[in-house]
Parts: sequence; C-alpha cells; structure tokens
Amino acid sequence: MRRLFCSLALAMAAILAGCGKPDFSDAEKQTIASLALNTLPALKPDTTNRFADMPAAAALGSTLFFDVGMSHDGTVSCSTCHKIDRQFQDDLPQAVGVGRTNRRTMPLAGVARDPWFFWDGRRDSLWAQALTPLENPLEQAGNRTAYAHYMKARFGERYERIFGPLPDFSGIPPNASPLGSEAEKAAWNAMSDTQRDAINRVYANIGKAIAAFERSIEPAPTRFDRFALNLSTGAEPKGDAIFSREEILGLKLFIGKANCVTCHNGPRFTDNGFHNTGVPPVANLPPDRGRVDAVAQVEADPFNCFGAYRDGDASACGELRFMVKDAPELVRAYKTPSLRGAATRPPYMHAGQFSSLDEVVAHYAKAAPSVEGTSEVHPLELSDRERAELVAFLKTLAE
Amino acid sequence: MLGKQAFLRHSVFPQAGGMRSARLSVVRRRGTGLASLWRYLLAGLGLAALLAGVLAAVYLTAPQSGQPLGPDVSRTKKTDNGLYVASLVPERGVVRQGELEAWLLTLKTKTGASVERAAIAISGGMPLHNHGLPTSPQVTDYLGEGRYRIEGLKFTMSGWWQLRFAISSGAGSDTVLFNVVL
Repeated sequence: MRRLFCSLALAMAAILAGCGKPDFSDAEKQTIASLALNTLPALKPDTTNRFADMPAAAALGSTLFFDVGMSHDGTVSCSTCHKIDRQFQDDLPQAVGVGRTNRRTMPLAGVARDPWFFWDGRRDSLWAQALTPLENPLEQAGNRTAYAHYMKARFGERYERIFGPLPDFSGIPPNASPLGSEAEKAAWNAMSDTQRDAINRVYANIGKAIAAFERSIEPAPTRFDRFALNLSTGAEPKGDAIFSREEILGLKLFIGKANCVTCHNGPRFTDNGFHNTGVPPVANLPPDRGRVDAVAQVEADPFNCFGAYRDGDASACGELRFMVKDAPELVRAYKTPSLRGAATRPPYMHAGQFSSLDEVVAHYAKAAPSVEGTSEVHPLELSDRERAELVAFLKTLAE
Repeated sequence: MLGKQAFLRHSVFPQAGGMRSARLSVVRRRGTGLASLWRYLLAGLGLAALLAGVLAAVYLTAPQSGQPLGPDVSRTKKTDNGLYVASLVPERGVVRQGELEAWLLTLKTKTGASVERAAIAISGGMPLHNHGLPTSPQVTDYLGEGRYRIEGLKFTMSGWWQLRFAISSGAGSDTVLFNVVL
C-alpha cells in the first residue's frame, strides 16, 4: 500500500512538474518590456500650439471641456461623450451629442501622443481635433462666430490674459460658419477676410486651450505594468503583480501566435496607424470608408499643420507632409486603438460593432473578409481556452 | 529544434531509464503476480506523466521563432540591372520604431562615381501583412557626393519591411530593394 502511495505521489509530482507556470524566452521578455508603461517617453512639446504647456491655458481648456455652454442648445460639452469617470468615453456604440453620430467615442488617455485624431485620422493635431465636434451638427452643433462671441462674453478676461486682445466684434454676425446651415454659411461669406481670420484665430485658440488641458490625461500603470517591471528586474512579484497561469498564457499568445502585438505595440499598445481588419459596417449608418475619405478632409482643414493658425515652423508637419494619400489599404482602414483600459469599456471598434472582448477575439481569429478593401488579418486557429486566455490577459491592462 | 532534441536526449531518457531499472530490481526481489502488474502499471503511468510534463514544459518555454532564414538585410547593394551601387543608412544611425525618420541613400555608378541629380521614387511595405508603407517618404535634399536625404520614413511595427527605390539619372533607370527587419 505504501508503495502504491509512493508511486501515486511520484506520478502527481511528475504531472505538477509539467504544469508549473510557463517561462518567457529572452525575445518574449524584450517584447513585454517594450509594452510596459515605464518605457513611455516624456510627452513631447507641441510646437504647433505655443500654449500647450501653459497652465492658464490648460485651466481655461478644462473649463471649456466641461462647459455645456459650448454647444448650440446649451446641453452638450466635450465631457458629455468624454466622461471623466469613464476613461473619457461614454460606453455607447455610437456617440450621442445633439444628435446620434456614426462613430464610437474614443477614450483620451495619452491622446496628446497621437499623430492623427478620430478613428480615421481626419485631423492632424489635438487642437484641430477639439474644434471639429464644436461645429458638427450631431455633436455640439455650434458655429464659429457664436463660439467667439461666447468666449468674449463669458471668458473675455481669461482669454485675453492667455492669448492677448480679442478682436473687434463690431459687425461680426452672431451666427456664422463656413460649415453651418445655409444662413450661417451666407453670413460667413459676407464677412471680410480680416473678420474671418480674426474669428478663426479665436476659434483656433479655443482648440489650443482644450488641447492644453487634454495633454494632462495620461494612462495610469496597470497590473500588467507591475508584472512587466518585475519580469524585467527579476524581482519577486507580490500582490496583484502576480499573474495567473491563464494570464501568462494569454500574454504569450498576445505577443506570439495571435500576432496582436504586430499592431498593438509599444507602451500604448498601438502603432498609431490605420488598418482594415474586416470590421463589418453597422446597418442604418451612413456609408463609412474610414481613412481613405479622411485624407481629403485633413488636407482641406484650415486648422491643419500647414494652415495659418499653426504656431512654430512647418518642421512639425511631417505626418501631414508625408501622409499616404492614395493607397488601396486606406479603404475601411481605422486607427489601431490603445488597449489600455479596453477591457472595462465595451463596446468595441469604430462604431461599437462588438459588445465584448470575446467577440473581438473571435472576429480576429475568424478574419472575415472586409466588405470593401482587403482585410490585413489572417485567420488563426485559437481554441476556446486560448481565447479565454487572451481575454484574461487583456483584463490585466484595465486593473 | 536542436535545443529541444538535446534536452530530451540528455535529461528525460537517462532519468526514465534509471527509474525503470530501479523498479525492475524491486520486482525481482519482492514478488510476482497481480501486485507486480500494478507496480508496472503505476510506474508506466508515472513515466508517462513525467514525459508529458517535461514535453509540456519544453513546448511552452521554447522560443517560437518561425523564420529560420531571414531576408537579406545588407545595406549596400547593386541595383537590379547593375547600373548603380546603392547604400541605405538611417541618418541617426539607429532605427526607432514608430517615429518619422530620415535615411540617407548614397548612389554610386559601377565605376564608383557619385550619382548626381537622380530622380528617386520610394515605395515599399510589409510583404507578410498585405500593406504598403504607412507614410509616403520622399527625397528632400541632395547632400553632395551621391548622398540623398529621404524624409518621412516610419516603421510602425516590428517585422519584415521592404523599401524599393526607382532611380533615374543620366546613367539610366534602375531599381533596388532593401529589406529592413525590426
């Protein structure tokens, strides 16, 4: 009987020896280290916005960000969709401002590090981005001269302390914009070039203040970062820095067989690029072709890096200057989102197509072809257990 | 693969052999019949479990490198029809993933003369990912002695990238392909 027990114990020991926590190769360790938040470089100055790092500008930007007065009907602010207690997003498949939009609200952690803005990159700076929803009839639905009048009436003194004197408002119509209703467009066209430029300058400064505030929104360390730091220093992990076997296997899949890290790379888990990954369109939304249609929009934007409202010199405009303008892979290409915090902010994709990470992983494993253009994703054999492991790992980026 | 075989040869089998001979000697001394059959069975089970465990450990820790032979990453090449010798180096010496960078392309003729006033078109992409370059790099300056500054290159991912240069000058038109592996 004792021998039987001994043999059984031996067998159990052998089984357990094979079931210990898997180890990482040197190459894997290097990749894991490259994803950790401690490798995120300091935020670079934004020379196109000379107010970017001015505290007074950030403070005014913060006021504007949360001010529902910054909308046509006084009900919508930036923070309506970019909710401060929800990673600066709104948990909805498509954002709802004054009306319902056709895109998912993007979270803002680390947004100042993006080279392109919106899912399709139709703006090339954080301050130019901030101006776009203000005039979108489905978002804040305001118009350019109304915002300028509002700045003077409500924040005139603060504005002038930061940006210098406001322009002469005599003869400036209350509602005018090159993008608004027919009446607003007509009013805009009736203004002189000098008046239009003066209003555009106030408008650009609104964006620059909001951008100065948004630069402070940065990603926070997660369980993954604590795990990665221990792995690179060889320290014994403690508390929540200990990964379960499932999480470790998920991480190995993420950087290995599942190829996630190809696009979700670096400490923000994004290559800042645009890819067609075969995400299906949403019924009843307007046609959406992604990056391919954004190229003309960013080129036409008077607030782009080549425009008159940029501070500093044009050496900061490399992304716009060397932008890919015409390539088949731009069709239905959308920005690679950061995966930090993603586990706690469904739904996923540019129009909230998937309601859970399980659905996202299943989509990438299946690699269905794109309705238009060509998906870059290749089919992948993943067992149910492997999918669960990937999801378990992704959750460590949100804890 | 070699590592795995070596590991099996040197660690698993000697251990297993050692255990088996130990068990055989116990059987010879102590008895026969059902009890010994049990022992064989258990020993077999133990061995199988040990083998499975070791194999699992080896499989899970083995580096998963799928490319035994990488592409040719030499930085100096003859162009496809032999008209030029082209050299490509990052201006700052190192390649940083995810940043717009300038590279230098140096063109010489077969006889070693600097190629001036060449028209150069740049294309490329990732052959395994079905996409081109994420930016449209351009020649922005001629620095003399056959050296051209190329700006706007950005490698957004690790992996195998290709850069193609179509070169045209008084010496004729030719192309050259460089591989960059990050």
